[in-house]
Amino acid sequence: MESITPILEFKKTCVSYTKQTMAVKYVSATIEKNTITAIMGPSGCGKSTLLRAVNLMHNLYPNIRVDGEILLNGENILSMEPIDVRRRIGMVFQRPAPFPTMSIFDNVLSGYALNGIRLSKEEKMQTVERCLKSVALWNEVKDVLNKKGTFLSGGQQQRLCIARALAMKPDILLMDEPTSALDPIATKHIEELLLELQKEVTILIVTHNMGQAKRISSKSMFMYLGELVEYGDTATMFSNPTDERTKEYLTGKVG
Amino acid sequence: MVKDKLMLWSICLLATLTVVPLLAILGEVLLRGYDQLSWTFFTEPTPTAYKTMEAIKTGEPIPGGIANGIVGTMIMLGMATVVAIPLGILCGAFLAENNKNSFAQFVSYLTDLLQGTPSVIISIITYIWVVVPMKGYSAIAGSAALCIMMLPLIIRSTEETLKILPASLKEAGLALGGNKARVMLKVQLPAAFGGIFTGVLLAISRVIGETAPLMFTALGCSFIRFAVDKPISAVPLLIWEFFNDPNLQELIWGASLFLLLFVLTLNLSSKYLAKKWNQ
Ligand SMILES: Nc1ncnc2c1ncn2[C@@H]1O[C@H](COP(=O)(O)OP(=O)(O)O)[C@@H](O)[C@H]1O
Ligand SMILES: [Mg+2]
Repeated sequence: MESITPILEFKKTCVSYTKQTMAVKYVSATIEKNTITAIMGPSGCGKSTLLRAVNLMHNLYPNIRVDGEILLNGENILSMEPIDVRRRIGMVFQRPAPFPTMSIFDNVLSGYALNGIRLSKEEKMQTVERCLKSVALWNEVKDVLNKKGTFLSGGQQQRLCIARALAMKPDILLMDEPTSALDPIATKHIEELLLELQKEVTILIVTHNMGQAKRISSKSMFMYLGELVEYGDTATMFSNPTDERTKEYLTGKVG
Repeated sequence: MVKDKLMLWSICLLATLTVVPLLAILGEVLLRGYDQLSWTFFTEPTPTAYKTMEAIKTGEPIPGGIANGIVGTMIMLGMATVVAIPLGILCGAFLAENNKNSFAQFVSYLTDLLQGTPSVIISIITYIWVVVPMKGYSAIAGSAALCIMMLPLIIRSTEETLKILPASLKEAGLALGGNKARVMLKVQLPAAFGGIFTGVLLAISRVIGETAPLMFTALGCSFIRFAVDKPISAVPLLIWEFFNDPNLQELIWGASLFLLLFVLTLNLSSKYLAKKWNQ
């Protein structure tokens, strides 16, 4: 057995929006460093809820309860400062949302501005170039860096959002159905990009698209009604799922 | 079918009925005020009683204009706006972010109350709070009264605009590790700029014609003055003064036309800007 480096560990993680019900129930799983892990399951099963627990998004809404533990390099995220956690764990949302009032240039650097970190002019140029190159957007936008990010196509906007998250050099990148609003070609670009990016960052991606999970992820989670039903190598899960519910979902009987 | 037609006709009739007085007012002011509008009307202060009598005796048109009022109005509006914008935005942002908190609900209730307070009462309160301690009427007191009247409008427009921004915008900012204040300042407020700006323009157009808040605060002044700690004139105050002076009544119309045109311009430009930003 090759040794694995855990970076993120869920330990009996529970999330509830209301007192009566739990949207995520006792999820335990260990995420390996520099991998892509796909989170699958029918809609409403708690995928987004689980993902948003990792960067403490739920802290913004006082009624939401998160229990159990989530360890980042052995340290419990749930007792850390949200701001510190979010600097180390980037997030990309379903709808590409570049900041509408900022230029492409400023969008890439927005993480620094929002953290009150000042950069010199060269540092700014280098960061913007590095991040836009790593999302393969540099050649397309290098002459229009001062234009608003909202003029780009959907796929370009989503890559800009990934660049914006990468600029902060996160350990983990959370992605909630990042391609569901994009056309197949833009989707393909992003998938290729993610395969490239896993060298620098660990990726957790929620996806509705089983083909996508198969193409890019090495591990997969299958969730059902808030529970983590199955977690393992993607190849094994698709060829030989152990749980009946996973089998039914993968063969298109539910969801 | 017949019912529909009847409905349509009665709606048209009612709409006309409401538009008629509006057009009548505009027409009246335009017809009567048009002659008075000349260059000197905007550059000269109100004429003294002596000059007016002279002019009337010789049958000449009344000399002078409303420059003292225009200067006073601009000074007071400027000061009121400069104070009301940051205060109103701060308060509106607080309300938009804390709608469940009971202190915020209290503030929200006060804002409604302030919006409904008759302007003459605001004038009297400002008299007690500013004129009495400063031992005199002043542009500062007048702008304080106008500022209080503008606040609820700016607060509400800020709050409403922030509330309709997509939650994803704020979440994206916070997900990058920004604290709430920075996300508000760098992401939410810039995105809400159009709505807030429109709100500010509407607040200005709402108070520019107010006479009552200035009666016990700015008092009035018959010459052009730039001092902020002395009594000062304003266009609506002048209209009131003209009305009370049989010799000057002719000037009412020019001053009214000026105010109407100013408010119209503000309203139209705020509509235009709102449309432009919503695209
Ligand atoms: N803000 C919320 N308030 C209350 N319930 C919510 C909220 N967001 C999601 N839920 C509920 O939590 C469950 C899981 O939702 P979600 O994590 O969004 O599912 P998924 O992303 O897998 O489609 C659903 O039953 C949903 O109705
Ligand atoms: Mg979801």
